[in-house]
Amino acid sequence: MLRLEKRPQPSRVFAYLTPVLAVIITMIAGGMLFAALGKNPVEAIRTIFWDPLFGEFAFYYRPQLLVKGGPLILIAIGLSLGFRAGIWNIGAEGQYIVGALCGAAVALAFYPLEAWYIFPLMILAGALGGMLWAMVPALLKVKFGTNEILVSLMLVYVAENLLAAMALGRMKNPEGHGFPGSRNLKDYPSAFNDEIITGSGMHWGVLTAFLAVIFAYVLLNRHMLGFSIRLTGEAPRAARFSGVNPTRIILFCLGISGLMAGLAGMFEVSGPSGQVSIDFNVGYGFTAIIVAFLGRLHPVGILLAGLLMALTYIGGEIAQGNLGLPSAAIQLFQGMLLFFLLAVDLLTNYRIRFVRREAA
Amino acid sequence: MKLTHILASAAMALGLATTAVAQDKTKVGFIYVGPVGDGGWTYEHDQARKAVVEHFGDKVETVYQESVPEGADAERAITQMALQGADLIFTTSFGYMDATINVAKKFPDVKFEHATGYKTAENVSVYSARFYEGRAIQGHIAGSMTQSNIIGYIASFPIPEVIRGINSAYIHAKKVNPDVEFKIIWAYTWFDPAKEADAAKVLIEQGADVILQHTDSTAPLAAAQNAGNVIGFGQASDMAEYKPSPRVSSIIDNWAPYYIDRVQALMDGTWETKDTWDGIGPGMVGIGEITDVVPEDVKAEALALKETIANGEYHPFTGPLNKQDGTPWLAEGEVADDGTLLGMNFYVEGLTGEIPQ
Repeated sequence: MLRLEKRPQPSRVFAYLTPVLAVIITMIAGGMLFAALGKNPVEAIRTIFWDPLFGEFAFYYRPQLLVKGGPLILIAIGLSLGFRAGIWNIGAEGQYIVGALCGAAVALAFYPLEAWYIFPLMILAGALGGMLWAMVPALLKVKFGTNEILVSLMLVYVAENLLAAMALGRMKNPEGHGFPGSRNLKDYPSAFNDEIITGSGMHWGVLTAFLAVIFAYVLLNRHMLGFSIRLTGEAPRAARFSGVNPTRIILFCLGISGLMAGLAGMFEVSGPSGQVSIDFNVGYGFTAIIVAFLGRLHPVGILLAGLLMALTYIGGEIAQGNLGLPSAAIQLFQGMLLFFLLAVDLLTNYRIRFVRREAA
Repeated sequence: MKLTHILASAAMALGLATTAVAQDKTKVGFIYVGPVGDGGWTYEHDQARKAVVEHFGDKVETVYQESVPEGADAERAITQMALQGADLIFTTSFGYMDATINVAKKFPDVKFEHATGYKTAENVSVYSARFYEGRAIQGHIAGSMTQSNIIGYIASFPIPEVIRGINSAYIHAKKVNPDVEFKIIWAYTWFDPAKEADAAKVLIEQGADVILQHTDSTAPLAAAQNAGNVIGFGQASDMAEYKPSPRVSSIIDNWAPYYIDRVQALMDGTWETKDTWDGIGPGMVGIGEITDVVPEDVKAEALALKETIANGEYHPFTGPLNKQDGTPWLAEGEVADDGTLLGMNFYVEGLTGEIPQ
């Protein structure tokens, strides 16, 4: 019979191998799902993973991978720092919204003035907005010991209502015939987060995401603060004995994850989305949690995981359009990815042993 | 920057041209905001898509994508359809407006039809239905049927289309029942069965015995059924499975004639930008069977009201009508103009509460 045996040390091989394994198992199980729906599984898998990269219209989809992956990576990098220290910011979606609102507010306040300093100010406002929104759970945790998971999550719903109020009220386009939604920032050159190279999909937010990857890598591997974060997560008692200040870690981790989520929101509202609308947020803040874990909370891993997630989104859309796959099947497929990742994760800490059954 | 832009456009145009040559069928795409099985708004658009297939047979090929979020993702979904060689694309929710216009700029040879919006272009038409005409009939039945004089209304987003519906229903409920009161809950969603059910339950707890909804699922009707003695109406689709009660009638969106018409126009080469806003008369808005739960006389009045609206004798927004704050809006016998209706952002006199701002 099979028996699980705890490894004395987590296996390094499997730590790297499990994400790949999870993707492969997802492909197999997903293929079975698609076959059960009466679609050709090979074609479906090819459409999802191959077509966006090398298909006929890859020239359009490849840049879209960056557009979709950028905010996921940026948010996930921020979250991963907290997750490493055992600080669970589940409310990135809310910080993303508030960052977007603050950035857009700056732009709309200056409209129609054209000046070079507007966009940098928007970046600043977006970062600050996201950070302040995350400071609420941080301060409550530090002062009163509240649970940051609950507080940050609840603040998502507050932010969503704030977004609706803004889209319908203060930020509503005065030339919009009474319809909700702000002016489209794409029509306002000073505020438009344009592609840095046209057709590349590379807007300032994607660049920031890449910079965040480098920043997080350096922080975690070369900096005392990064060491303290890792120590707090891996050995809280040891961290305390070695003089790590938990308050500082909490404030930093929640602050930086809020800041990055706020930035992501700001770049999204001024770029791909273009306007503050009631349903501006589409769940990047929550998906980023999956991305962070899929990437092993490692900066480079998150970069790859973010791009992979973007691939399943875009490939999934193509599969919907071309093969008529229902959207629920695509969501299931994405869910499987996390499910299998968590399942095969077991192999990192345990190994499977074949044991002969012994007589009782 | 300009050069790369031109190159990108050329590449897109090329991609488009090659697929266009490869097929002689007319390819029609649909972008849906909800799942095709929502039983309401998206369901009816998909029924119309099927009607297009049935009408044209081998001459058309249809593709659709469901549950497309409004915003940045919509632009990609529409672009993708255009890239895959669609000749005509229906984008069936208000929130796709800017995305539709943006994609239309990149694909001048593809025609676009945007539902319920107001931005048109050389290759973008808009179309919508005068749902408020159906709301008038609903309001009449609701006002006549309520015992508690409290009517619950599950509203989606505070946009003119929804506000128009509330006003129209209220005006006609009030006409038959001066004591009637509307309780309105804003759900901020078009389709979320759990949220809609919660809203319905809250309204029923507050004493409402008639539930009107501007959301797309059947959840409010299910909640009404559980509560007992509460009636409601099918929204966007007939929702006949809740007959004869709680569903006593319905507003049915009938897009099929319009879709067939537009596809035909494209095939004939006569497609041009249009701004369509049709109601009960041309058949874009249908009134589902009024069940026997509704007393004979109320049913007869409702059908008579439908008749006068259909033949243009009566407009649901006919003065004298004041705005909520008491300022006069329409004088005796005056009829609201389409411009005001399209941008409607105020309640009529008698409604309580504020439109969320």
